[in-house]
Amino acid sequence: MNDIAATLPFIGRRNPRAALILMIAVIVLAPIVASLFGRSWVRILDFALLYILLAIGLNLVVGFAGLLDLGFIAFYAVGAYTWAFLASPHFGLHLPVYIVLPLGASFAALAGLILGFPTLRLRGDYLAIVTLGFGEIVRIFMNNLTHPVNITNGPQGIDQIDGVSFFGWELNRRLSLGGGFGIDPIFLYYYLFLLCVVLAVFLVKRLQVSRVGRAWAAIRDDELAAKAVGINTRNTKLLAFAMGATFGGVAGGLFGAFQGFVSPESFTLMESIAVLTMIVFGGMGSLSGVIVGALALSFLPEVLRQIALPVQHALFGRVYLDPEVLRMLLLSLAMILMMLLRPAGLVPSHARYSHPLSPEEAKP
Amino acid sequence: MSVLLEAQAVGKRFGGLQALSEVSLTIREGEIYGLIGPNGAGKTTFFNVLTGAYVPEAGRFAFAGDDLPLGKVDRIVRHGIARTFQNIRLFREMTALENVMVGRHVRTRVGLLGVVLQTRHARDEEAATAREALKLLDYVGIAAHAQTLARNLSYGDQRRLEIARALATEPRLLALDEPAAGMNATETAALKRLIEKIRQDGVTVLLIEHDVRLVMGLCDRVAVLDFGKKIAEDVPAEVQRNPAVITAYLGGAHRVQ
Repeated sequence: MNDIAATLPFIGRRNPRAALILMIAVIVLAPIVASLFGRSWVRILDFALLYILLAIGLNLVVGFAGLLDLGFIAFYAVGAYTWAFLASPHFGLHLPVYIVLPLGASFAALAGLILGFPTLRLRGDYLAIVTLGFGEIVRIFMNNLTHPVNITNGPQGIDQIDGVSFFGWELNRRLSLGGGFGIDPIFLYYYLFLLCVVLAVFLVKRLQVSRVGRAWAAIRDDELAAKAVGINTRNTKLLAFAMGATFGGVAGGLFGAFQGFVSPESFTLMESIAVLTMIVFGGMGSLSGVIVGALALSFLPEVLRQIALPVQHALFGRVYLDPEVLRMLLLSLAMILMMLLRPAGLVPSHARYSHPLSPEEAKP
Repeated sequence: MSVLLEAQAVGKRFGGLQALSEVSLTIREGEIYGLIGPNGAGKTTFFNVLTGAYVPEAGRFAFAGDDLPLGKVDRIVRHGIARTFQNIRLFREMTALENVMVGRHVRTRVGLLGVVLQTRHARDEEAATAREALKLLDYVGIAAHAQTLARNLSYGDQRRLEIARALATEPRLLALDEPAAGMNATETAALKRLIEKIRQDGVTVLLIEHDVRLVMGLCDRVAVLDFGKKIAEDVPAEVQRNPAVITAYLGGAHRVQ
């Protein structure tokens, strides 16, 4: 957490301790502040956390191992549909979260292996095309698996999905604290998602400074040289795909539970590209960058939605640009500016794959 | 001295080009063995076949009594053969220290679970990896640059780092592909001392090199390749006198005059 706090502007480097406290305070209080502007903002925060989880997972594959994946949303879909199948009236199954979520993660990991295996020899553009196709295949499957047995319920999707509940405590119900006070589900989900993100950050940081993380970085920097020092590039790449997919699967499961409804529409190519954009925008390979990117790009469209219409009304008396059009326009513009001004992202990666040396080690 | 590596009738073809034909040579434990030849003679191809980057059509390699798994780069490293590259191939976005730590990969074991749980074993191994890597950086003389990104190192230091990374895999045979390429005289002299030190510490060295003076001054024995065939294998002084070698390097025309 410390080094993430250190990337805060102005205060980060001058007073790391204060930065850390400030960051934690902002994170904990964010939904309360957001609720002052309306409950929809808390929902947006919840989704932002899911996007962070996705971006962290994709960053593992793209930023660390250097495998460009344009179909990452497929793993999100696998996680979401696993939850929908096993915890909704669709099949009449209502399994608990500690079975469904690990299962969703495992299926996503399996999907990662299935994608990884045939693409082991591909790199760069070629890999991108195949993964893009894979993402579409999964979505089209979800859209069409209705005959002869109705598995996915096609484009209508699956609804009335169970929420998360721990030992009878349902997050979908307002948590009553007595005396008329209580905590709304959207807040409860915020803190659940936050917990997952924190867990993911810890996990990724441990992986990064390890034999595994170094092997990924080695493959990214020079695959032939990685082989020549004895790294089994096949297994290492498959591990990257599976690990990244696991994050996607967990995020997908949480998405299904939170939303209560899944349909193939949520898993289009645009979503894959959106997550990739977050990584590129924030700083590929940099954990704090990825988080900043995911936050920025999940808030931007919502802010636009809130501002664009009233502003246009006030200025021109009518709406010239639909917020959706404006979003794509500004996003593209932001990307172009990024590539020109900060090609390494908002928070460029200074990712280290070893622990800092102590002073006596540093001078042998 | 016992035989460490025995190449037996190794052949490799690229389409219509017979890059290697029936190349047999023996490298003895503890020697510095040079492989020379004109451009395109097949030196680097031999290297790539030996280290598993290419699969040969014919022949075999016996290494310390075992048959090498042909074409399996990572398993050959495990057997104890490490290499460097003619055009330096470092992990550019990692520090010098991390580059060498990657080299420890085959000699360490911690897997995903150990890393995630940060078991005692995982923490100890990680610390030991860093210690050993630092020691190797010191060995090749660039410990001061441990925290410098590989891409920011000077050319000579990059060459040294590549050697340190190869040594980190604990090889019995270190294969160097033109390590002196692009070096000035001072750097070459320092490299020569380093290679001698490596040999003294018990690692056999196979050297491809264009710098004839370096090869002749350093190697115990030299093999000469020309058009994919071995035309000589002897101590440097004899090789220099060998008419077939002179013809290969200077062409046959000089004899006409």
